[in-house]
This record gives sequence, structure tokens and C-alpha cells, in this order.
Amino acid sequence: MMNKLATAACALMALTGAAHADKIKFEYWYGLTGDLGNVVLETCNRFNASQDQYEAVCVGHDGYEKAVQNTIAAFRAGKHPVLLQSFDAGTADLMLSGQFYPVHQMMKDFDITIDWANYFPGIANYYSSSTGDFISMPFNSSTPVFYYNKAHFAKAGITDAPQTWEQMEAAFKALKASGQECSWAYSPDSWIDMEQFSMAHNIPVASNNNGYDGLDTELLFNTTQHLKHMENIQKWMDDGYVQLRTQASGKIARDSFVEGECSVFFSSIADHNTVHKVAPEGLEWDVSMIPVYEGFERHNTVVGGASLWVLAGKSDDEYKAAAAYLAFLATPESEEFFVSNTGYIPVTKGGYQALLDKGFYEAEPYKNRDIALKSLTFTEPGPLTRGIRLGGFIQIRAEWKAEVEAALAGQKTMKEALDTAAARGNEQLSRFAQTYAGKSFP
Amino acid sequence: MRRAHFKFSWIAAVLLAPQLLIIFVFFYWPSAQAMYWAFTLEQPWGGGNTWVGFDNFRKVLTDPYYWASVKVSMIYAFATTALSMAMALTLAMFVDRQLAGYRAYRVTMILPYAVAAPAVGLAFRFVFNPQAGVFSFLNTLSPGIWDPGQSGWQAVLTIILAGAWKHVAYSFIFFLAALQSIPRSLTEASAMDGARPLRRMVDLQLPLLTPTLFFLVIINLTDSFTDSFGIVDTLTGGGPFRATDLMVYKIYADGFRGFDYSGAAAQSIVLMALVMALTFVQFRYVERRVHYS
Repeated sequence: MMNKLATAACALMALTGAAHADKIKFEYWYGLTGDLGNVVLETCNRFNASQDQYEAVCVGHDGYEKAVQNTIAAFRAGKHPVLLQSFDAGTADLMLSGQFYPVHQMMKDFDITIDWANYFPGIANYYSSSTGDFISMPFNSSTPVFYYNKAHFAKAGITDAPQTWEQMEAAFKALKASGQECSWAYSPDSWIDMEQFSMAHNIPVASNNNGYDGLDTELLFNTTQHLKHMENIQKWMDDGYVQLRTQASGKIARDSFVEGECSVFFSSIADHNTVHKVAPEGLEWDVSMIPVYEGFERHNTVVGGASLWVLAGKSDDEYKAAAAYLAFLATPESEEFFVSNTGYIPVTKGGYQALLDKGFYEAEPYKNRDIALKSLTFTEPGPLTRGIRLGGFIQIRAEWKAEVEAALAGQKTMKEALDTAAARGNEQLSRFAQTYAGKSFP
Repeated sequence: MRRAHFKFSWIAAVLLAPQLLIIFVFFYWPSAQAMYWAFTLEQPWGGGNTWVGFDNFRKVLTDPYYWASVKVSMIYAFATTALSMAMALTLAMFVDRQLAGYRAYRVTMILPYAVAAPAVGLAFRFVFNPQAGVFSFLNTLSPGIWDPGQSGWQAVLTIILAGAWKHVAYSFIFFLAALQSIPRSLTEASAMDGARPLRRMVDLQLPLLTPTLFFLVIINLTDSFTDSFGIVDTLTGGGPFRATDLMVYKIYADGFRGFDYSGAAAQSIVLMALVMALTFVQFRYVERRVHYS
């Protein structure tokens, strides 16, 4: 009996081994974790099942940062994957390194037609070169929104979601008056408070059109409405409307919102899915576009999340396989699969239209999730709302966060904090320019 | 002082080779690489670098936040060393006196050393959680008094306690071994002379323990400087507002997270120099007071 089983197992292994050997394999490293990571893995399985020529070997890493760090280490040892899911902040270094295969070029080389004009401009501009060609492939895309507790708002007599910060402030006051202790569960996040805030207000984060036009860039966020906004947050905190909710303080903002302790929190639309999953029965909530101050005309926000990069130094066969996978991801079916299983938004107009035609965004749990698309496409992207292209951006974000934390803890004024963050960020920028002297963004 | 002279022997060389090779591959080579990077601006994705001389060091050493990081690293190192060694010595003395249940204690006391630093950090995250942890009872006495998310010194305290807890086990083993190697006749003789347990600890056991104490101080200090990463990463992430940004953590954050390989390399060199200097000082000035039997 045992013998028979063993023989059968050997035969089976030989068979599958042979079947595998015929396929062209390529590696893909991604940074999404947990549920989202499983959905990425599922896209690979779907791709592998959809044809028998190629095989995607997908390896999850513990977060975007780890995925990029590990890829850099592997790249330097010549053992890197073909595809890398890289986050927005890693873009500038990758672009200047030149160690990638521009995705529009790859698709052209392998005669795969992709309708590049089909991508939303707010997404396209972030990931393309100055000549408008796609450098990396848009993948999981999001933009920030705010989540609010409808029951709390109704109790405080607020009928519509605030569109301006002035209305938001009034809402905080009304909530407080109605007995709500914590109006806004806040945690400092430069992506929302500084970057997307500046996009929506059409104000600069940095000179050179947010770094797109050169490397000799200086940060400007400490001189704009952003400063006023951060001072307001501090004031609202002192007045008791806003409460700091971070991991270190015991409970994160999303949990504080879901448990009904706080009425508002700001986050990526990607959390829409999570809030649905963890919210207790009967929590009435909705999402709305991030507010703008009166006197400013609302502009589009930009994409967050990550895109897929094809790295240099691989064989033609591997590129061919990767191109097939990217083409597979770009189909409306794949897009619908990904969008309906995560909180992310479609990246193509066609994909969005197909979902709209189905009434996808009419019903729970996807209801109103396309508010993110409305925010992303509110206006045509201009020079200040295309995105941000800064070297050392991860450290600039870290400086901003540490300084804002210090100001919120009362160690310095918000103006001192942002001035320091900008000055230290400028040092990063000049180091970056020195590291890549003589180069410019493609 | 006696000096020993050895003749060169091929067998000795062959026997030493594997060890030397390991030290070369895992210490000298990376250190040399870091040294080189520290004088250049290295592109993260490869593709070349530019020679910048002492610029990286100048930038690091003129940065007030770097000195704040050095300061908190010192505080962390000395506080965890003092705390963990004091606890370890106390526990070892109790076990040595063979109080009830000492066999069980001896085993359990060794366990924390086997726990990985990130796991320690995660466990202590629950202990220190201001809303639900053990420490949250402070907030029931006086609301808002315990909040390591907003108070720098409290955050430093949490990593010190977690770090000390992890190091107790290591010191404990050494102290216990040292205590048990003290000849029984000495203890008995002093007991017959009328010395009570406390007197025997202070006048007999502690002086005989000085070689172990000295060894443990060096090992613990060095370890606190270089091995604190896991605890900081899981417990505080360097925050709030850089209050727990220890030197090793800053190297990781700047180098790996921020792609500033050269700045991180310069910081590593400074850290290495600092640990070497501390060890040197101890051998030069503290070891004089150590009595080897």
C-alpha cells in the first residue's frame, strides 16, 4: 500500500514538475499585507490559471517599505524580481536610478496594446514621464476621504457632510454641544494633512512645481495655508474637539471611529472595505471628500497607493511573462475583481464606467465609495496638482511627522515645527540632488 | 606581568581559519564597506557614488537631533544595564540561598533571554497600553497621567523597562554561576564568625563577584547600544517626536527606510567608535578595581 502511494506521488510530482518546467516563470514582489496581500496573491493565481504559458511567482513582503528595501538589497546582489510593487514615496529614487524598464516601452516591445488614454489623468500624471509615457503600471490606487458617523451628526443637527473646514469647525462645535466628547480621531499623516491638502487647495508643497521640473527644489509647505491648517488642528485639540488617536496612545483613529467614540476620522478610501468589515451592526457612517477652506477653489486630489515597476537586468522571456501579467491586470474583469475585494478604486475610465453601468456603487457595501474618484477627477490636474516628485521623500515625511508631534505635545509652536521640518527636508533634497548630480527625472 | 610567547604553528592557523573567516566576512568586510560609504554619497539602487570627504560626518555631528539621539542612547544603555544587573543579582542571590522553589525559578528566570526582542516589544505594548494595559490603572487614579504616546520620558521609560527585563536572564545566569563558584568554606567560615546573610553579601560575595560584574557591565552596555532595535521598533517606533530615537534605530530609519545609505554608514562608524571608546575606558580605569583570584 505504502509503496503504491509513494509511486503515485512520484509520478504526480514528475508530471507537475514537467508541466512547470515548460512555463516561463517570473517573480513579483509586493508589499500589501493581510487581507489585501491575499487579494494580490489571488490575482497571481487567477493569472496562472488563465493560461498555461507563464507562471507568476508572487512573494509578499511585510509592507511597502520592506518590499522596496528587500528589492534594493536583492538588486544589488543581482537577484531581484522582475516586478516590484513600489509606493509613491519610493518613486523619485527609482526614477533617477534608471534601473527600470519603462512599462509603456515594454508593452510596445511585446506588441501588447494598452489604451493609455483610458487611465484617469490624476493617476496617469503621477506615474508617467515628462513626455507623458507611463513609467510604471498603476495598480492599487486610493485617495483620502473623511469618514463620519451619521448618527452622531444627526444628533448634533448636522444634515450634510461638511464641505469646507469652516463647516467642519462648526460641526465640531455642534457635536460637542450634543455631548460628543471626541469629534475627530486624529493622527498626524503628511499624506493627508500636507500633501493631499495642498493638492485640493492648489497650493505648492515644494518649488519647481512640486519637484517635477528639477532637482534644485525647496519645500514651501511651511509658507502656505497648510501652516494655518495645522495651527487650526492644534487649536481644535486645545479646545477639546480633536483627540490624538495613535497606536502609542492606545487606540488608533479607525478603531476609535468604528467603536463610536469619535465622530470623524480621515483616511484612505482603501479603509472603506476595512471599516465595513470591522464595524459593529448598526453603525451608520458615510464618506465625503476632504474639506477645503473658504476662499479656495477645490481642486483634484492625487493618487496614493502603489504602482508596479518592471526592473532592469532580466531576460526577454521574463519580461514577456511580466508583460502578459500586466496586460491581464489591465482587463476590466481583473479590475473589477480587485476593486470589489479591496477598498481600492478603479484606475481606468473604462473600468469605472463598467462598474457604474452595473450599479456597483449604488448598493452596500460599495455605496458611495466612488466619492474617491470624484475627488480624484474634480478638476483636470494642473502643475501643482499632478503629484509630488521629491527625493528623500520618506525622510521628509518622517521629519514632518516628528515635528508636528512635537508641536502637538506643546514643545514648540506649529510654525517653528513646520519651519524646522522644511529646513531639514531641504537638506535631504540637496543631498538627493548631490547624489544624483547631473541627472533629471525622465 | 608575565608574557606568553607562542611559536607559529600551521595547525593552529588552520584551526583558527574558520573563525577568522567568519569574523572577516561578518565584521571586517561590512565595516570596511560602511567606512567607504561614509565618505561618499551612495545611490541606493547602485549605479555609482560621489566622494564627499567628511561631509557625511559633518552633517551627522552638527545635527542637534543626532546628539539628542546619542544622549537618549546613553540613558537607555546605562539605565537598562543598571536595572537589569541589579535585578539579576538580587534574584541570583535568592536562588543561591536555595529559598523554597528555587529550582523552578532557576529555569523560568532564564526564559526571557530566549524571547526575541520584537516579541518582547509586542508583549510590553500591551503592558504599557494607556487604555487597556497594566499601566492603565495609573489613569484610573488620575486620568491622563500615563500616556507614553505623548510623553517623551514615559516612552523612554517603557523601552528601558522592556530592555532591562530582556537582559535580566543573561546576567542572572552569570551571577548565579559566579555565586556558586564561591567556595562554601568561605561562606561557612564567615557565618561562624557571626556574619549575617546581608553582611556576607556585601563583604564577601560582592568583592568575589567583581570579575563577573565587570564582564557583565561591558557586555550589557554594548548590547544595549546595538541590540535595542527590536524593542524600539515594536514599542515606540522612535517616537513620540524622536524621544526614543536610539542611535541604532536612527541608523535603520535613515539608511533602510529613508535610502540614505551614506548618512547611515557615517552614523554606524560613529556608533562603533563610541562603543569602542566606552569599552576602552572601562578596561583602562574600571578594571583596576577588579580582583581576579
